[in-house]
Amino acid sequence: MRELALHILDIAENSISAGASRIEITVKQDTRIDEMCISVKDNGMGMAEEMVANVMDPFTTSRTTRKVGLGIPLLKQAAEACNGGMTIESQPGIGTHLVVKFQESHIDRMPLGNLSDTFLTLLLGSPEVNWVLDYQINNEIFQFDDSEVKEAIDGMSMTDYRVIEYLTSTIENGIEVTKQNAFTKGEKNANDQID
Amino acid sequence: MPTIKSIEDLKKLREEAQKIKEMRDQTGKTQIVVGMGTIGIAAGARETLKAILTYIEENNLPDIILRQTGNLGLSGMDPVVKVTLPNREEVTYRNVNPDMAQEIMQEHVVEGNVLNEYLLKE
Repeated sequence: MRELALHILDIAENSISAGASRIEITVKQDTRIDEMCISVKDNGMGMAEEMVANVMDPFTTSRTTRKVGLGIPLLKQAAEACNGGMTIESQPGIGTHLVVKFQESHIDRMPLGNLSDTFLTLLLGSPEVNWVLDYQINNEIFQFDDSEVKEAIDGMSMTDYRVIEYLTSTIENGIEVTKQNAFTKGEKNANDQID
Repeated sequence: MPTIKSIEDLKKLREEAQKIKEMRDQTGKTQIVVGMGTIGIAAGARETLKAILTYIEENNLPDIILRQTGNLGLSGMDPVVKVTLPNREEVTYRNVNPDMAQEIMQEHVVEGNVLNEYLLKE
């Protein structure tokens, strides 16, 4: 996969498969400590310790069945190649919290890519889940919780064209403005594109 | 109704939609499902789904249920798109890129003609 945003989509799919009713996606880019941190937290069925080891490292652990694909080990490997790493905290019956970190400026770090398309895909494609997005670049923050929208449309389809239009512009603008603000405040080197 | 700019607008929209819904309930809704497993994502399923969303938005289609789902177990066929028109059998398309997705929306979802050349033959 060419974008971290596609990995986020893949990780969130696991949370949906785990039966989560609330999924929180956090992306923090901090140039001051040169770190990029992505976290996906769910309240799904969770995993036992052995299963966690299994999904992170499917070739060295004994496995019998695996519902989770190769997305997690691939992302872990990508993070480790960029002076970062992955942790998964999980408890059966409580949920799972996956955190992956990269050296922000590392030459091999994949670009974040299209975070708004990833979030819209999840939000519109799995409307039974309560989706929360928290996107931060240094001090700039964009937060979105879809529960207010769902309450307002109360049972109407999320994929009504007017709802799509509203959500698309709200999320795309929110992310874009965050990037712009971080950029103009000079918290990023003038030559850099934030991605 | 003009463009939705706020939560208040959304509430008004819902009230209007409620009235129309009562008339439309008998005909059912069109369902579209896009497979979004790891391989599907790597093969471009997010872009395919986005193309469908864009089509719905640009053509003001009010009553489509669009869903994404995990791996559909059809390896080598991703991205996979399933379309079910009201009172019709489910139809499965394979290797659907964004251009094909727009074509499927126009020809199949709007006009009602299945695109045989894109079908998954099981």
